[in-house]
Amino acid sequence: MTEITEVPSPFCGIGTDDLIIQVDGNSLKVKENGCAVNTPAFEQTIQNTSPTIAGKEVSLDEAVGKAADLLRDSNQPVIGGCATDVNGMRALMALADRNGAVVDNMGFGGAKRNFLAMQDSGWMNTTLAEIKNRCDYLLVIGIDLEVFAPRFFERYLWNEASMFLPDTSDRKIVYLGKGPSGKASTSPNNKKAKVLECSNEDLPEVVAALRTLVKGNSLVIEQVGSIAIKDLQFIADQLKKASYGVITWAAGALDFPHAELTVQTVCEIVKDVNESGNRCSGFPLGGKEGDQTANQVCGWQTGYPARMRFSSSFPEYDPFLYDSQKMLDNGEADVLVWVQAFNSSAVPPQVAVPAIVIGRSGMQFDKEPDVFIPVGTPGIDHVGHAYRLDNVVAIRLKKLRESGLPSTSEVLTAIEQVL
Amino acid sequence: MLTKLTGGIVYDPANGVNGKQQDIFIEDGRIIKKPSKDAKVDKEYKIKDKVVMAGAIDLHTHIGGGKGNIARMLMPENHRLDAVAHTDITRAGTGHAMPSTFTTGYRYAEMGYTAAFEPAVLPVNARQAHMEMADVPILDKGGYVMLGSDDYLLRMMTAKKDQQAINDYVAWTIRAAQGVGIKVVNAGGISAFKFNQRKLDLDEKNSHYDVSPREILKSLATAVKELGIKHPLHVHGSNLGIPGNIETTLNSIEGVEGLPMHLTHVQFHSYGTEGDFKFSSGAAQIAEAVNKNKNISLDVGQIMFGQTVTASGDNMRQYANHGFARPNKWVCMDIECDAGCGLLPFKYRDQNFVNALQWAIGLEIFLLVDDPWRIFLTTDHPNGAPFTSYPHLIRLLMDKSFRNDMLATLHPEAQKMTTLASIDREYSLEEIAILTRAGAAKITGLVNRGALGDGDWADITVYTENKDREKMFSKPDFVFKNGELVVKKGKIEKVTWGTTHVVRPDYDASVEKNLEKYFSRYMTMKMGNFKISDDELTEDGRGSITVHPTVGGKV
Ligand SMILES: [Zn+2]
Repeated sequence: MTEITEVPSPFCGIGTDDLIIQVDGNSLKVKENGCAVNTPAFEQTIQNTSPTIAGKEVSLDEAVGKAADLLRDSNQPVIGGCATDVNGMRALMALADRNGAVVDNMGFGGAKRNFLAMQDSGWMNTTLAEIKNRCDYLLVIGIDLEVFAPRFFERYLWNEASMFLPDTSDRKIVYLGKGPSGKASTSPNNKKAKVLECSNEDLPEVVAALRTLVKGNSLVIEQVGSIAIKDLQFIADQLKKASYGVITWAAGALDFPHAELTVQTVCEIVKDVNESGNRCSGFPLGGKEGDQTANQVCGWQTGYPARMRFSSSFPEYDPFLYDSQKMLDNGEADVLVWVQAFNSSAVPPQVAVPAIVIGRSGMQFDKEPDVFIPVGTPGIDHVGHAYRLDNVVAIRLKKLRESGLPSTSEVLTAIEQVL
Repeated sequence: MLTKLTGGIVYDPANGVNGKQQDIFIEDGRIIKKPSKDAKVDKEYKIKDKVVMAGAIDLHTHIGGGKGNIARMLMPENHRLDAVAHTDITRAGTGHAMPSTFTTGYRYAEMGYTAAFEPAVLPVNARQAHMEMADVPILDKGGYVMLGSDDYLLRMMTAKKDQQAINDYVAWTIRAAQGVGIKVVNAGGISAFKFNQRKLDLDEKNSHYDVSPREILKSLATAVKELGIKHPLHVHGSNLGIPGNIETTLNSIEGVEGLPMHLTHVQFHSYGTEGDFKFSSGAAQIAEAVNKNKNISLDVGQIMFGQTVTASGDNMRQYANHGFARPNKWVCMDIECDAGCGLLPFKYRDQNFVNALQWAIGLEIFLLVDDPWRIFLTTDHPNGAPFTSYPHLIRLLMDKSFRNDMLATLHPEAQKMTTLASIDREYSLEEIAILTRAGAAKITGLVNRGALGDGDWADITVYTENKDREKMFSKPDFVFKNGELVVKKGKIEKVTWGTTHVVRPDYDASVEKNLEKYFSRYMTMKMGNFKISDDELTEDGRGSITVHPTVGGKV
């Protein structure tokens, strides 16, 4: 039995790297600094280790050969999930390039809202260490932050010491839209977050009204959604007074039509505050289970984020057309490759076309896929790299045990080689 | 395997060879002396009268790292105009302003380049820079690690820590980030912007730290010298792009008091305030100062007309310039108490007075600096223009009548404000070989690169002589990387993977005591997880590390 310290997690997206994990053969126990997201993800036991073809156990070579056969015969393969480490993603891109596949990260439905806003007008953002040391005013829009990342407040807001704030518990936290479900946002000196609740559907209007006020214009109405204008005015004034205000949102949670316009308004509010003479930054939440990793690797290898295709032998990007789910629904794809090395519950969608699943060991299916190859988890079964939600820091993942499970990269490279 | 290149005209300034017909022999990736008569030549390339140089080296080009990737994703419309299909041996990708990694490597190699250095590696983002560069084929690469707005250094300087302590921190950081040099960008300014300062002059103090840019430059230049890092402190100066910043640049030269310093993209820092538009060329003054101060080297950061994207660590200046973004979208980031970045798409226009004069200022600098060993050919890719414009730039330098024809088409007021038409100098092939090979290898501290002598690595480019230098330098006949033929007639022939150049100055191990505390208290990752291990660069089976000696140090 060994104990491994300073273990980084690829699961929560916020780059916690202080876990202490006890390793006993193949079983892992989070001894310290676990959370509701990370502990079960690390502690999940290894179940299936053998590849299958239509539910029947086969050798790795046979499974790889069958996958290659299906891809060779395909006119338009799609690769979904795309949840793996940097090397896994590299191998995925090589296979897609060779095979003319669509590459579509499973988080792109949410991430798309950010990319559309960013590619249209840009943004001003910050990263976790800046928040930890500078942020004196945090506006949380449309997300229950402590459910998204249980240790966010503990690690980055209620930290004992900060370089530029005399007392971190004096930070002001304000929720707009969804309120907090627990007490993580309550400061160590017992100050509760201010909550201005409204429904998701009202957020576009509420955020637009807030921008109007931040720009110094007035509104004749007294209420927008369920929120009084005077309360919004108060937020606008505080944002413009803060030394280092931060506005955070999770694109994935803004689940209403054209949410990219709301993201864009939020990003423009940040710019407006900077124009008005104070510092303010945006902080998009996302990047769990390799979402950011997929976009980064796809970005440097093709110039585009991870919803693109190689069907014409060169990269093409379209955040609407290359939605793998839509393509499968419309009969535009004839093979699905599903790659998910982090989360065994993130199973592929039910499809009529042949499915090849490269999944975390333990994945269970209602309908057995044509090919299933269980793989190791980056940061548990092999070393690797994964991006944190703030997109700047790639964490070095450790190998914690000797499970013998192959990596995503090894499996996808093997398939590419026999193609 | 013995390879012979027969009959080429060799330009090898590192060994004093200037246009001499001589054969070159290659064995096991390296150039060797003429072997004995009975040694069997396995492969001969008959290149009679063709021009032979070492592979070219770009010492300042943004090819790897987070800000470049943001620039890529910011501009899908730019990639759509330049899609690159895969072939049997190459991967698909895109250009133009900020090409994808594979396309970057192929296009550099197809122009005869065999090494390129990323000049703005944020320590906290170094992992990404190396991962991106690991996906740049053929080229050797390396990075300059950015310091000077990181809170750790500024805290040390505020606390008046001695130079030895700063040296230890600098050495620790360059090793942790696997760098080959140290860069400073708008010294202290990126930090000042986080405290809402919108400008920072050379002698202005950061509002939180009691430190000025001049002090930071001095302190880091001293550290680089005392640690024996061969590449001088690589300086992106204060006040980039501001009319009148020539004063700042001249004061910075004086401020380092004779210590080695490399001024990067000097064109952007050479502006006066004369004339009707209060914008004028400071090229003559800069050149005079550089000619006089032998401790100073520079690269130009030439601009070319057309669409590009500016990608910089200098978010203070990028924010100030956001109104110029074309198309109108831009990104700024504060990053991890370490640095920042800013990305602005930009379109340089020949009928715009300022842009036209920027073009002329860059060329004036090239032509007025005397010593080719201290000036380097860059566009600060992609900031002044994409690197693919180098052959055109070479023609501008080598061909006066072509240069003047171009000048005559620019904004008329800009033509009046430049002395370019009166400058007769034309670069020779030998000088081009110094700027892009021998000099670049020397100033980045590379051993056995950029040269064609016995024992040097066989990075070799063969061109067909052509009066049209743009044509000549666009499409080499052959490019060899470590002795392997990688490009034939300007097209990729074989894909290989280059090495990562690093330096490893010594430091006192006790420096980690305070760093470990700092990381645990204020940073968001543990110190142990911050350091990049050698495995990370080599475990894919393609990458390798080449450690170059420091002055007075061991490898
Ligand atoms: Zn640069």
